[in-house]
Amino acid sequence: MSAVTDALAPAALRRGASRSSAKIALDIAFSVVLFVGTIVGVIALATLIWTILDSGWARLWADPAAFLGNYVSRLPARAGIKAALVGSAYLMVLTAVICFPLGVGAAVYLEEFAPRNRVTNFVEANIANLAGVPSVVYGLLGLGIFARFLRLGPSLLAGALTLAVMSLPVIIVAGREAIRAVPDSVRLGAYALGATKWQTVRRQVLPAAMPGTLTGTILALSRAIGETAPLLVIGLPIVIFSLPNDLRDPVSALPLLIFDWTSRPQHAFAEAAAAASIILLALLLAMNAVAIFLRNRYTIRW
Amino acid sequence: MATTPPELSITRRRARTGERLIVNALFLCAVLSLAVTVGIIAVLLVDTVEFFRDSSLWGFLTGTVWAPGQGAGTDGLYGVWPLINGTLMIGVGSIVVGLPLGLLTAIYLSEYASSRVRGTLKPTLEILAGIPTVVVGFFALQFITPDLLRPIFGEDRVFIFNAAAGSIAVGLMILPIIASISEDAMRAVPSSLREAAFGLGSTKRQVSLRVVVPAALSGISASVILAFSRAVGETMAVTIAAGNSPKMTLNYFESIQTLTASIAQTVNGEVASGTVRYNALFALGITLFLITLVMNLISARIVRRYRQVYS
Repeated sequence: MSAVTDALAPAALRRGASRSSAKIALDIAFSVVLFVGTIVGVIALATLIWTILDSGWARLWADPAAFLGNYVSRLPARAGIKAALVGSAYLMVLTAVICFPLGVGAAVYLEEFAPRNRVTNFVEANIANLAGVPSVVYGLLGLGIFARFLRLGPSLLAGALTLAVMSLPVIIVAGREAIRAVPDSVRLGAYALGATKWQTVRRQVLPAAMPGTLTGTILALSRAIGETAPLLVIGLPIVIFSLPNDLRDPVSALPLLIFDWTSRPQHAFAEAAAAASIILLALLLAMNAVAIFLRNRYTIRW
Repeated sequence: MATTPPELSITRRRARTGERLIVNALFLCAVLSLAVTVGIIAVLLVDTVEFFRDSSLWGFLTGTVWAPGQGAGTDGLYGVWPLINGTLMIGVGSIVVGLPLGLLTAIYLSEYASSRVRGTLKPTLEILAGIPTVVVGFFALQFITPDLLRPIFGEDRVFIFNAAAGSIAVGLMILPIIASISEDAMRAVPSSLREAAFGLGSTKRQVSLRVVVPAALSGISASVILAFSRAVGETMAVTIAAGNSPKMTLNYFESIQTLTASIAQTVNGEVASGTVRYNALFALGITLFLITLVMNLISARIVRRYRQVYS
């Protein structure tokens, strides 16, 4: 018996050793594949940003004041983004004004006041589904209801309402998460001092939840401001030579202009599109930086 | 009751009425989301019904030619299949690009990366999800097609507008979705499972592939369905990069058209309101809405189920 074992052992050991060294090689190979797979995404992002900078930088720095301060033109060299940039800024402010109170209101209701019943469950499921509706469908909603039914036309107000409706589910979700993060001890403390439910929510819970809510709102707005499809569908103009004075005036937007310039055959317009993309990306980067700053600076760790 | 001073009971009652008003106002904010859903469905239905008054439902559901304003009649041919075909090509193509990369990223972040590496990589990849789709479209048209696809597969084989460039662009956009949801699912796998496998002599690769990934499979599949739904609803990148020629093809180097691109192209062409072609927008919209709704519901259901397993 022992002779048999002795005879077998070296071979078995060798087999085991070679198998385990193959195993180790496979493990190393696997971790390399994982790392490479992860890095591909980062490389793609870097390539994208480099492509935009490479094709747009010269155009932007040739005459930044003219590029930012001119209206659009048939001549690519004279075309600027003034109306689109101002339009995007107006749209963003108006969208925020419309959807922030509504989103926070809905979040407060669902987290603090809603009874656990079918209506609440239905509303929650509905909000989750709305977050997944494609933006182009929101465009059709804006076209059907705001632009045509309410006769707003392709105006600043119709555009902002459409973007607000689109951003609402995102803000509600962010607001709810921020409110949920406020510990119950804060609420109980307020009740113990005689505060009513609304006083507790308004003076304790909401201020504590505000950084998180604002961060979510800014991120939702930065998505809205980069959206093209809904604005295209409700028919906001691209060729426009005035700034809006009224909610019902037409406006343009930066992504719309980038789309228009990208679809033109002349190479000079592609450069202008890249230059406008640099501005748009810089705008989004700034908004994200503000969001991160708010989160880091004001979030309370309980 | 009798011991309560009358003034106090009055103020308290007043506060209650005020609070009730506020709560009602907040309730209205929450219910507004229902109005949005009703609005979407109503808007889509009204003009879709109008569309099918002029154009046959059967022809829409079975037709293989999408040619608005052309064909035998004055109205044109409205068979939805070329657009469904294009949409599925982009959906499948972007999953082929996004799933392997997203899954590798998720495994790496969840099982291998140190917390410092994760802290840098995760936000970096999330930037990718935040790039405006129109800019990604520009990138596809100016880089992916001319500098990546054409040198590899040949100038004459790859059209300027092609489904492959659209798929790669959308694949990059859904990569962070797959990576992030799958990573959450993998991290939700209890470490006792990992420890048991290590205890039996498994290597890290075996633990990752044979324990963590199978245990997180429902979360991973939910992420893929959600990503597919996003890819189906993506508009600008495919409009710019994949072209605007609705056709029944499976060749990824040809120009195609998706449901979303067809909507974008129609509105961009300033089609007069009330025409058949204009009403067709809403029929396409409802098709898109239903496809994405079903996929989102399936994905949400799977996520809910896997959450129950480990908590």
